[in-house]
Amino acid sequence: MADYAGRLPVATPESQPYWDGLKEHKLMLPTCDDCGPHFYPRPFCPMPKCFNWDIKWMQASGKGKVYTFVISHQPIPPYNTEDNAPPYVIAVIELEEGPRMMSNLIIDDPYSTTVDMDVEIVFDDVTDEVTLPKFKPV
Amino acid sequence: MDQIRHKVAIVGAAETDDLGQMPHMSRLALHAQAAKNALEDAGMSLADVDGLLCAGAIPNEVAEYLGIQPRYIDGTSVGGCSFMIHVRHAVAAIMAGYCDVALITHGESGRSGVDAPRGGSASSPGGQYESPFAIGGAPTTFSIPVLRHFHEYGTTKEHLAHIAAATRAWANLNPMAMMGSHRRAPERGGGPITPQDVLNSRMICYPFNLLDCCVVADGGGALVLVSEERAKDFAKDPVYVLGAGEAAAHWMVSQMRDHTTADGYRIAGEAAYKSAGLGPQDIDHCMFYDAFTFTPLMAAEDLGFVPKGEGGPFFAETRTGPNGEVIYKSGPGGDFPMNTNGGGLSYCHTGMYGMFAIVESVRQLRGECGERQVPDVNVSMAHGPGGMFASAGTIILSNA
Repeated sequence: MADYAGRLPVATPESQPYWDGLKEHKLMLPTCDDCGPHFYPRPFCPMPKCFNWDIKWMQASGKGKVYTFVISHQPIPPYNTEDNAPPYVIAVIELEEGPRMMSNLIIDDPYSTTVDMDVEIVFDDVTDEVTLPKFKPV
Repeated sequence: MDQIRHKVAIVGAAETDDLGQMPHMSRLALHAQAAKNALEDAGMSLADVDGLLCAGAIPNEVAEYLGIQPRYIDGTSVGGCSFMIHVRHAVAAIMAGYCDVALITHGESGRSGVDAPRGGSASSPGGQYESPFAIGGAPTTFSIPVLRHFHEYGTTKEHLAHIAAATRAWANLNPMAMMGSHRRAPERGGGPITPQDVLNSRMICYPFNLLDCCVVADGGGALVLVSEERAKDFAKDPVYVLGAGEAAAHWMVSQMRDHTTADGYRIAGEAAYKSAGLGPQDIDHCMFYDAFTFTPLMAAEDLGFVPKGEGGPFFAETRTGPNGEVIYKSGPGGDFPMNTNGGGLSYCHTGMYGMFAIVESVRQLRGECGERQVPDVNVSMAHGPGGMFASAGTIILSNA
């Protein structure tokens, strides 16, 4: 784990609960009582007419659909080793709760990916400190 | 129509002496050489400049490097369309009396990386929510919306390939174009290409093959703007700004509101049309930023040249010329002349290509384009995105 080659996120005070949640294998979304959940963590509701600063956290189901995707043939770390070689899928996932987020799709044949495919979350513990939210077909 | 129409003109426009691979020049030297060439084009001196606008550099960096102390500065740096936005801001600044002579500069060592800033913070939204998923620059992010468009509207890779072939046909008529016949031999990938060549080229990031992607280059460009009254005193005919628009729609491509529509394009386009008092039917020539084949397709749709979703079949339409040659919709001889310098795809793309799109609009309006000159160009639109459809700038220019 210590030699993970991919780029790692560094949390800010506002996003710390999101990354702490992933470490516990929970996908946490900030949510507004009036407007519902959003991605990504901000200390307010990003609906301009709302801009409510009373934000709560909710656990998402981890289910969603592939909204759009690409199949990268670039050897970008960590997809740059013999065991973990390109091509790989970068996808925008539309969560069951509504918000969309970027992720990777873990799939044997990248070219079998389709728009609107049902997916569910996989918690990828890439280091002792960081867990990345990835997805796989249901 | 609002008050900016026809009040300010572009009187100087130029690229650096060369484009492509220039490891002997730094980012700021490219800004400076472009400024020299644009000022020469205008017949002006650096001492005349009292307004400075630039992207990819802090205005103070460029001002100090050039040895000037402008009284108006704008460092809007939101990607490739920054220069369309600078034109809009320069119009307002000149009209307000904030400056009399605005110089807009671009310089980027996009290929050689001589003083090229790289990378962002791992704590930024992009660093936290996109980069960890093995994003590898524009080919893996500008491609993100495409398959959703394919899914919703039936657009295909074959459609996109026609845009690459048409744009290359223009490059073959431009001696400065990196991939054109003048500069690059066929065995090194230069000269004419067919849509099938695009589909057969190496896969970079599906749905983009190599020939769906822009070139990677060093280079720069610059513009000089003055008021309409003053513009009449120059040797070359002025190119008037009729309308302009700008927008910031999102930043991360994953957070785009609807991946089949660039909100920024629509907002900027509507403002440009409104200020010019014109519509798409009035535009004779389009420079639509083409970092990838899909990028100008989105522009043609969101700027109202073709209904949403019909851009694919629109660009894939071909006819046969008098000598049996294929005439592409947006290529030489086609009825939608677009990206006539050879575009980012085949002419030059430094990273922030928008400057070059404007330079070509100016040249077409002046009738300076030789073999690639489009007949009867009186109104030209230069439009681009910044980031991955994140921001947008649109300008409408005219020679009358």
